[in-house]
Amino acid sequence: MNLEEYKGICVFAQQTDHRLNSIAFELLGKGIELAKDLKTDVTAVLIGYGIMGLADELAAYGADRVIVVDGPEFTEYRAEPYTHALASAIGKYKPEIVLIGATAVGRELGPKVSARIATGLTADCTKLEIGDFPLHTVQDKEQKHNQLLMTRPAFGGNTIATIACPNHRPQMATVRPGVMRTAGKIEGRKAVIEEFNPGYYSRKDTEILEIVKAVNETADIMDAKILVSGGRGIGGPENFHLLKELADALGGEVSCSRAVVDAGWEPKDLQVGQTGKTVRPNVYFAVGISGAIQHVAGMEESDLIIAINKDESAPIFEVADYGITGDWKKIVPELTRQLQAVRDGI
Amino acid sequence: MKIVVCIKQVPDTKNGVKFKPDGTLDRGAMASVMNPDDKAGLEAALRLKDLHGGEVTVVTMGLPKAEEVLREALAMGADRAILITDRVLGGADTWATSSTLAGAVRNLEYDLIITGRQAIDGDTAQVGPQLSEHLGIPVISYAQKIRVEGDCVIAERQFEDRYHVLKAKLPCLITALSELNEPRYMTPGGIFDAYDADITVWGRGDLKDVADTDIGLKGSPTQIAKASDKVKKGTGEMINGTPMESAALIVEKLKERHVI
Repeated sequence: MNLEEYKGICVFAQQTDHRLNSIAFELLGKGIELAKDLKTDVTAVLIGYGIMGLADELAAYGADRVIVVDGPEFTEYRAEPYTHALASAIGKYKPEIVLIGATAVGRELGPKVSARIATGLTADCTKLEIGDFPLHTVQDKEQKHNQLLMTRPAFGGNTIATIACPNHRPQMATVRPGVMRTAGKIEGRKAVIEEFNPGYYSRKDTEILEIVKAVNETADIMDAKILVSGGRGIGGPENFHLLKELADALGGEVSCSRAVVDAGWEPKDLQVGQTGKTVRPNVYFAVGISGAIQHVAGMEESDLIIAINKDESAPIFEVADYGITGDWKKIVPELTRQLQAVRDGI
Repeated sequence: MKIVVCIKQVPDTKNGVKFKPDGTLDRGAMASVMNPDDKAGLEAALRLKDLHGGEVTVVTMGLPKAEEVLREALAMGADRAILITDRVLGGADTWATSSTLAGAVRNLEYDLIITGRQAIDGDTAQVGPQLSEHLGIPVISYAQKIRVEGDCVIAERQFEDRYHVLKAKLPCLITALSELNEPRYMTPGGIFDAYDADITVWGRGDLKDVADTDIGLKGSPTQIAKASDKVKKGTGEMINGTPMESAALIVEKLKERHVI
């Protein structure tokens, strides 16, 4: 493998139902930073059916080039056609770095593509930067420059490791949604748009018998700037309205821990944590949440964490910026009342 | 039908993660368990066997000690257990692990392969889809409600906002979620039999169609630049006072940060 042949940053621009997933913009934001360090450009690969119109939006968010794979077999995500399309595009354009969102799609597509093109893949990265590998010079070992250093948590967020892929190209990473910042939208910014036909694929495939969309009346907690999250300590579904009132006073949303979903008090959509969603709001209220590892892994990147718990030894206080020990049923309504008073200018 | 289930022995994090004084992970201080998603995969396999008959083979790759999870699987009802262990296989990343498992599975007859979605130590969720790719069979990830009809498998494939009911012709690989089911307990008779059961042990030489460049540390495209245990965020400020005082302080902090 001639590593020098591989140039540029490539991001997979995930779309569903003709709408770009926010991870596409986040990957572009990071891609632009990496491209600056490597003095190269950023290409977005867009796969779907009737999605040519989305290319301009990718340009506005910083793509220098958009490769569009458009065909009826790509209408809805399926592992085989998407793997074929992305692996073929990588084979043709030879990027040195490929970034994919660590979504339910990307966490299947990434491994499939990496295995097909025989390169390394680092999962669920939370930090990406360009640097040397090994980090420090080691005797008898060549230090390579301009490598992608991929940092990821493991063990439910208890440990962290930085990974490199020094001898294979492209260097591939899936990136945790909600972690990277978008570069912002510049209306009218142009990109080179190329259509790409990956050709026929003959591999065995899955067939979609039915598509069942979740009836989603609630806003996506991953987009919320303020989250008021309840745990087992809330005591029952009848008490969640108190959290909702606090969230409403701040223009936020309600989320919850796994215990709450397991108990059937709130739907899975609202679950924060390793088996739920990773959130990074400006403010995260953890109310009656003990702070199990798997929960903390999904919210610890929040800018400000405020924990309310009756147990002063609850592990949630170890990650909180402000901790209040006490009865949440007294504190939360009082906080709501004071916030409403501020809002109403009293 | 013949089902192969890939399982992994992982440290149990139920009672917290233990660290050595130097800050590195203390695996010795944590009990070992069968990875939860893998256990759900095994349960799914055993249920299919209950319905359709057939044979369930469990495969693990690891240190000789990983035999423990194989015996547990046998006690739950698996028919055959294979331990892949060899010094040259150590230090494998997901590429080298999936290449190794593929080399082992190629020796077996199978209609269905089930892996857990992800292991709780690595959290990558990569080995299942990569294994399907090495074997050239379709994959259904994040599967729930798995059923077999004729020569096809049908399962619900979960996404964030929807699920697909997918159908694939066998052979196929499925990755299972721990939410899939409640794994059965080992039976006393099962434990007794599992204690005496033969476990097939395979080394490097038993792997089929796998190059030396694809296994172990040397066959791993990804390499660790730095591994450190997470530095916990320092404990923040504890607020003491009446509910009114505590709330007032939070309001003040939110004002300072221009949240309100």
